[in-house]
Amino acid sequence: MGRIQRFLSALGQPTIYALVHLHRLNRLGMETLRWIFIEPFRGRKIRWRSVIEQSVRVGWQSIPIVGIISFFVGLILAMQSAYQLEPFGATIYVANLVAVSLTRELGPLLTAIIITGRFGSAIAAEIGTMKVGEEIDALKTMGLNPVSFLVVPRFLALIIMLPALTLISDFLGILGAYLFSISALDISSIRFINQTINALVLRDIVTGLIKSGVFAVIIASIGSYEGFIVEGGAEGVGKSTTNSVVVSIFLIITADVVFTALFYSTL
Amino acid sequence: MSKEAIVQVRDLVTYYGKRQILKGVNLDIYRGEILVILGRSGCGKSTLLRHLIGLLKPTSGQILIKGQDITTMNEDEMREILKKIGMLFQGAALFNSMTVGENVALPLREHTQLEDSTIQIMTRIKLDLVGLSGFENFKPSQLSGGMKKRAGLARALAMDPEILFCDEPSAGLDPVVAMGIDQLILKLKNAFKMTIVVVTHELASVFTIADRIAMLHEGEIIFQGTPEEIKKSEHPVVQQFLNREADDVEPDREKYLSSLVKP
Repeated sequence: MGRIQRFLSALGQPTIYALVHLHRLNRLGMETLRWIFIEPFRGRKIRWRSVIEQSVRVGWQSIPIVGIISFFVGLILAMQSAYQLEPFGATIYVANLVAVSLTRELGPLLTAIIITGRFGSAIAAEIGTMKVGEEIDALKTMGLNPVSFLVVPRFLALIIMLPALTLISDFLGILGAYLFSISALDISSIRFINQTINALVLRDIVTGLIKSGVFAVIIASIGSYEGFIVEGGAEGVGKSTTNSVVVSIFLIITADVVFTALFYSTL
Repeated sequence: MSKEAIVQVRDLVTYYGKRQILKGVNLDIYRGEILVILGRSGCGKSTLLRHLIGLLKPTSGQILIKGQDITTMNEDEMREILKKIGMLFQGAALFNSMTVGENVALPLREHTQLEDSTIQIMTRIKLDLVGLSGFENFKPSQLSGGMKKRAGLARALAMDPEILFCDEPSAGLDPVVAMGIDQLILKLKNAFKMTIVVVTHELASVFTIADRIAMLHEGEIIFQGTPEEIKKSEHPVVQQFLNREADDVEPDREKYLSSLVKP
């Protein structure tokens, strides 16, 4: 009896926690959507200035790191696939492989993971610090809604900027493969470009961008949620920041599996 | 003084989980007075304050501000009430990402249609009032504790509130700076006829500023009256608090030693 009880409670406790978190996360999501889609029609405008400020942070200032990493990954991918394709004399297919795998998969995924580390964690840390310093309470007593003030601008900035960064990532990744191919594989520039254009269909790029939109929602909601549930000073902020990265990356990969399966089956 | 109650608390009961924090608090706050809510740490005074500004919703009971019950209000109605309320937080709660000037200007930017130049002038007036002229472009992190409190006060005053709430205004400040804050609070009352509610446990500051004192103990109000009256009060808890006596903790050495041996 004791053992069964312990087993059930070991099973039940985390389930309840998970459900509570899910419920609150859902409420935060609903509140965010309300401030984006409903409140603007009731005269409470979206803070576009804030959206632009956040977009500069998440978008513009992330271009170097996203660009360099994508370029290197493109380069690596080209080298690794050339190694496999060379025995068959099929190195020209490096172009296909790199283009398709980057646009459909690695571009969105890499960008999302970089931005989780750069921006998702920053959202959690900022909102968490504000919560600990009573700044969230101060906002409320001034009659300002923290979701409208803090979450909506970050949410919109991510939704706009993550797909944009993904496009840059796709392009620079392919550029990496291109430079490797024309210098090390004896493939002429024009041949590589033609091969890439033929390999890619619009669908590849679009499915990648849809994914990155979903990833943006995950990063923004988990980051803000972890910020709002901070308790207990600086230590709590640190814990939530770490959690926001771990949970976001986990959910991003999970969503990736689901969407890839979906796009694959409806090919 | 006219005896018009601007804030009325009626049978306020609240729980944290299963623990009852406030056990039926009744309190009237009159227009133009400084009411000090006194009490030991953990007696529920901060919780009471958080209810008064609508940050927490009570389990039962009413809080009427200018005759309207804020416990049943929706967000839009509450926003209107909040425009008439200023709040000075214990740690000042300035927005660290903004300058002092932007902090003070924020409520004006959000709630009024005033021109930018007008807002700038009003910000400067509020900062002058608290003695922080010329600090508009400083970040909160560049200010000392006392200056932060002043800046927080300037922000609380931005919308010319009718009621000002202060949570431990002199906590963590040296006596000289704390006295400065107290005098600022008195100035606000005298010059602007503002109603001010101060939560504190600093006795020195209580007798400087209070018109009336309400003492909270274990979730109940055990004393209400003027500073003269509280000095005459014979309630043991009030006496203990005023005389700064420690709780009696009988050191039972036998029991203590045996507890070490037998876990």
